[in-house]
Amino acid sequence: MSKAVHAKNLNIYYGSFLAVEGVDIEIKPKTVTALIGPSGCGKSTFLRSINRMHEVIPGARVEGSLTLDGKELYGPGVDPVGVRRQIGMVFQRPNPFPTMSIYENVIAGQKLNNKRAGKKATDELVERSLRGANLWNEVKDRLDKPGSGLSGGQQQRLCIARAIAVQPDVLLMDEPCSALDPISTLAIEDLINELKTDYTIVIVTHNMQQAARVSDFTGFFNIEGTGKPGHLVEMDETKTIFSQPKQKATEDYVSGRFG
Amino acid sequence: MSAPTTTPTTVTPSTRPVRQLGDRIFAGSATGAGVLILIVLAGVAVFLIAQAIPAFTASPEELPGGRNLAVYIGPLVFGTLLSALIALVIATPLAVCVALFITHYAPRRLAQGLGYVVDLLAAVPSIVYGLWGVAVLAPASLPFMTWLQDYLGWIPLFAGPVSATGRTMLVVGVTLAVMILPIITAVSREVFLQTPKLHEEAALALGATRWEMIRMAVLPFGRSGIISGAMLGLGRALGETMAVAIILSGSGIITFNLISSSNPSSIAANIALQFPDSTGVAVNTLIASGLVLFVITLLVNSIARWIINRRREFSGAN
Ligand SMILES: Nc1ncnc2c1ncn2[C@@H]1O[C@H](COP(=O)(O)OP(=O)(O)O)[C@@H](O)[C@H]1O
Ligand SMILES: [Mg+2]
Repeated sequence: MSKAVHAKNLNIYYGSFLAVEGVDIEIKPKTVTALIGPSGCGKSTFLRSINRMHEVIPGARVEGSLTLDGKELYGPGVDPVGVRRQIGMVFQRPNPFPTMSIYENVIAGQKLNNKRAGKKATDELVERSLRGANLWNEVKDRLDKPGSGLSGGQQQRLCIARAIAVQPDVLLMDEPCSALDPISTLAIEDLINELKTDYTIVIVTHNMQQAARVSDFTGFFNIEGTGKPGHLVEMDETKTIFSQPKQKATEDYVSGRFG
Repeated sequence: MSAPTTTPTTVTPSTRPVRQLGDRIFAGSATGAGVLILIVLAGVAVFLIAQAIPAFTASPEELPGGRNLAVYIGPLVFGTLLSALIALVIATPLAVCVALFITHYAPRRLAQGLGYVVDLLAAVPSIVYGLWGVAVLAPASLPFMTWLQDYLGWIPLFAGPVSATGRTMLVVGVTLAVMILPIITAVSREVFLQTPKLHEEAALALGATRWEMIRMAVLPFGRSGIISGAMLGLGRALGETMAVAIILSGSGIITFNLISSSNPSSIAANIALQFPDSTGVAVNTLIASGLVLFVITLLVNSIARWIINRRREFSGAN
């Protein structure tokens, strides 16, 4: 559990359009890394390349090297499906399966792995995952109800429970709070703080206070203009990025003097 | 409703009464259309019942066949249901597969072409399918039906003896299946295309293969659409006249033997074949059988509605 992610000179394309260029980044195990930057600079694109969700889009591809604890994720013979089972993802908009109950949602990943566990073990897994996502007390009496009946914040925590139920090595989050109210946002931020004892977490966020609150490291992505590829400008400890960044562009962005 | 017309209002935005009028017209015409449909439906029912009553009250000797009404209509109902059921059982899984292939497996160019072909097939008149069934499918399927009799003859469905002309219930079922395949495919394809990307990606990100993603996200989402499509197809198969009339010469028996030469006809085909030569109570009898078909169709649709509504809570529509 909890592995390191290492990208070397990663170029990410949509067809012939180079969206993100030359990313070098080292993400340490059991840390929270925040990715910040203006809209359209390729944060989501980079994040989705880590669990090979990028190539789901027709024509999308990746060049360069991306490793998980030294193992090449884009090597020949590596199955993207296997990669996604190791690297969990939480999306911007909560997306529990509407046709499944809360219980079924949590074990959806386990079912894919074809692990036939007994009723008792499965119940335990559901409780452990929901507790891990700070949702257990709110839903324990209605596990058989549809997940889509929960509030937005609860749905997002259900998605986190679903992601951690398969005990991934890395957890990716793409602006997980942007569709949520402040209270739910706080709940998720607390949760991220607890989860980092077990998981490597990479979180994209629009909100710099959030990056400062939850992350150990921060990477700043930027783009020179529309149609140009995005770059990773700087990556450092979060407090360094927010107090004395090395690059001028980073300083402008974090101090709000951007554009 | 009391409108404050006497109050001197000077600041009322001028667009408001207009929009209210528009709303009222729309609401009125929508309600009107709905009521009209109900009236037409009720009219049809009243006509059928009124015209069928003489057949119910007539003595058995006056009816065609000279036995009572149930003996006359029974085999027709059976033939109607059996042929439509065979068609549905063959066509639905096939249609879902074709729709899934078009939406989730085929390269974009091929998918578009296939989509057009399917839509075109849905527009082919049923008489064409009927002719194809008689001229091509019936003779061509003889070896297959002989094989069925030889190897699966212990199943009552394939007991035989195989009809020499190949004009059997099985051929009718397959012809109807080909006929309703496009409509079920078209409806299923439309709903599959509307599966939210959000849920497809949720499944993929959990490590689902494409097929697992389809089972987790696409099929549950498209379930009510598949049922709707299947019911449209079933409705078409139940009411299909020409294809059945051309292929089968009905003999008023009830049998599950699908490949022999004696088969029940269907309600619609029987009406089409008998109506020109019928007079008096015979016409009323045919209309009575039409009433039964009407009721069957209503029942089928109600059952479909019920299936769709049963798990509404989980449909993702909230
Ligand atoms: N599905 C797609 N097809 C083509 N281009 C895309 C697609 N998604 C994103 N892009 C482009 O890639 C660039 C980076 O987008 P994105 O990663 O979404 O940025 P961010 O998440 O930082 O806002 C943008 O120029 C965007 O237009
Ligand atoms: Mg984004």
